[in-house]
Amino acid sequence: MTTPHVLQAGMAGLRSSRERRDFLYDRAFRFAVTACAVFVLVSLLAAALSMLWGGREALGTFGWRFLWSSSWDAVHKDFGALVPIYGTLVTALIAMLIAVPVSFGIALFLTEIAPIWLRTPVGAAVELLAGIPSIIYGMWGLFIFVPFMGEHIDPWLDEHLGPLPVIGSLFQGPPIGLGMLTAGIVLGIMVIPFVSSVMREVFKTVPPQLKESAYAVGNTTWEVVWDIVLPYTRSAVIGGVFLGLGRALGETMAVTFVLGNAHLLSPSLLQPGNSIAATIANEFTEADSSIYLSSLLALGFLLFIVTFVVLAIARIMLARLALRAGKTT
Amino acid sequence: MRLSILFKTATRYAAVGAALSLATLGHAAEITGAGSTFVNPILSKWSATYNEKTGNRINYQSIGSGAGIAQIKAATVTFGASDLPMKPEELQAAGLAQFPVVIGGVVPVVNIEGAKPGELKLTGPIIADIFLGKIEKWNDTAIASVNSGVKLPDQKITVVHRSDGSGTTFNWVNYLSKVSGEWKTKIGEGTSVNWPTGVGGKGNEGVAAYVNQIKGSIGYVELAYATQNKMAYAAVKNRNNEFVQPTAKSFQAAAEQVNWAAEPDFYQIITDAPGAGSWPIAATVFVIMYQQPKDAERSKEALAFFKWALEHGQAEAQALDYVPLPGALVKLIQDSWAKNIH
Repeated sequence: MTTPHVLQAGMAGLRSSRERRDFLYDRAFRFAVTACAVFVLVSLLAAALSMLWGGREALGTFGWRFLWSSSWDAVHKDFGALVPIYGTLVTALIAMLIAVPVSFGIALFLTEIAPIWLRTPVGAAVELLAGIPSIIYGMWGLFIFVPFMGEHIDPWLDEHLGPLPVIGSLFQGPPIGLGMLTAGIVLGIMVIPFVSSVMREVFKTVPPQLKESAYAVGNTTWEVVWDIVLPYTRSAVIGGVFLGLGRALGETMAVTFVLGNAHLLSPSLLQPGNSIAATIANEFTEADSSIYLSSLLALGFLLFIVTFVVLAIARIMLARLALRAGKTT
Repeated sequence: MRLSILFKTATRYAAVGAALSLATLGHAAEITGAGSTFVNPILSKWSATYNEKTGNRINYQSIGSGAGIAQIKAATVTFGASDLPMKPEELQAAGLAQFPVVIGGVVPVVNIEGAKPGELKLTGPIIADIFLGKIEKWNDTAIASVNSGVKLPDQKITVVHRSDGSGTTFNWVNYLSKVSGEWKTKIGEGTSVNWPTGVGGKGNEGVAAYVNQIKGSIGYVELAYATQNKMAYAAVKNRNNEFVQPTAKSFQAAAEQVNWAAEPDFYQIITDAPGAGSWPIAATVFVIMYQQPKDAERSKEALAFFKWALEHGQAEAQALDYVPLPGALVKLIQDSWAKNIH
């Protein structure tokens, strides 16, 4: 890092005004872009800290119990975050289980299989999906998808998967259509455009020589994708997946409409639940005691933590993968 | 040089703009209020008519009762509106006064195949047991025993409650606490409670949408939402042991049973009212104002508006399924203004 030093030494030698001006502009530019980056860090920190500050009363009163208490009782002023945390994680997990394979398929189709004339319209359609406001997904979910789930999917799951041992408890419940499964599916559809457009872009960056060599030695399309394209783009693909996951964790409006908004802890995916974002959106305006308000802000802080932990795990996984890949080659 | 000219022009425009806005302010006072969503339709109607007559505008934000109380306590609005009364000692501590403006009612709505509005009959204890999750099916003997002649399906009951805090919820659970000891000890009352079962919809419209969607569900909404959405509401047994239909008449009967002068600041919750024909889950909307407001002029304008509304706005209230206040109560309210609000 000798650059500033060299620059300073060079400053004396700058004779023409042009050189001096360039130097100043360069410094101003450097300062401007650094400020942009710092701005992100500062606002992130400020948001997290202000929520922690707002939630200090709840965290102080309930302590660690706030994390695993499933009670959410405004009358007796007893709050715990377990139900919203559980609902947030489960719905996001269901969403990713749906979104990742489908997005992979879309990206694969658009980069490898689809005829050239079809790629642009289908790609545009996928991106259009990303532009739909989440409230529209919520209303579609409530008025179209919830009755469909309630009449066709839920009863079938309850009848056929409900009696099974172990996983059966996941699928027992009344056919009300609302619930964690419905919310997860709607979230999955919302996340697909984000994940698939990242995947598509990075799949395009694979050098054609690599793919063509593989095809030339007789690989099938699947083998080319699995052994050439994916390893080449792995970190970017995982990055795209976690972009989608981040969105699924924080989604509010659509989830509020279809999740059922009940502070009940149930193993069944067909039962209503609650998520952190939905709880805050529902209850913030009418939180009438300071401990209630504080609990909601503490929930907001927990969403930060949950997202951060999930992203950190992703980073570690990525580093491990890179390490292993380094060893095998 | 150029900058200073720009600056001068800007300030000149700003001054003209300020003068203009001051002029309009002087011409017609703008009164701001916030709170109860339940009262929003009638307040909007009243303010439109009042604006035509006097030129004064009421700017009402329907942000919910709890938020309305918070806003008036922060003195950001001229009046707050709430579906639940503030306690007299709380009002005194904050230097506030309150009075009722309109009466409405909360009604149970159901989604049972073939059930017509008003056909199903329920009692307070049955509703409490349903909302406690103790009665799980529509053909439960407790429900069947009061519904001879009505075909009840062998269907699971899905409870729909509010997911947000709400004055409607307050009146609903206040009633359940009065009729069920178990509800009172286990759940209690408040603008949002720890529901033992069911799903939560946001706002009256959210509950109405869920009840319409989910077969075998029961929820609670303001009467206007039930009639506008053509939902099947239920008749409820009152303290006089008669099954009453939710109508303006039965809400009014409940309001007339209350001795409004008995408590300071009209602190009365009119659920489970006695007397013939009284609807058991009637609710009052209260307006909350400062006893000694900072902006006395605006406060006076607001009182003039409510005076007009109570005296001349009652027909409009009835058209929107609200119940006008009994005449004696209107008199009491106007006396309270003279005494409490300066």
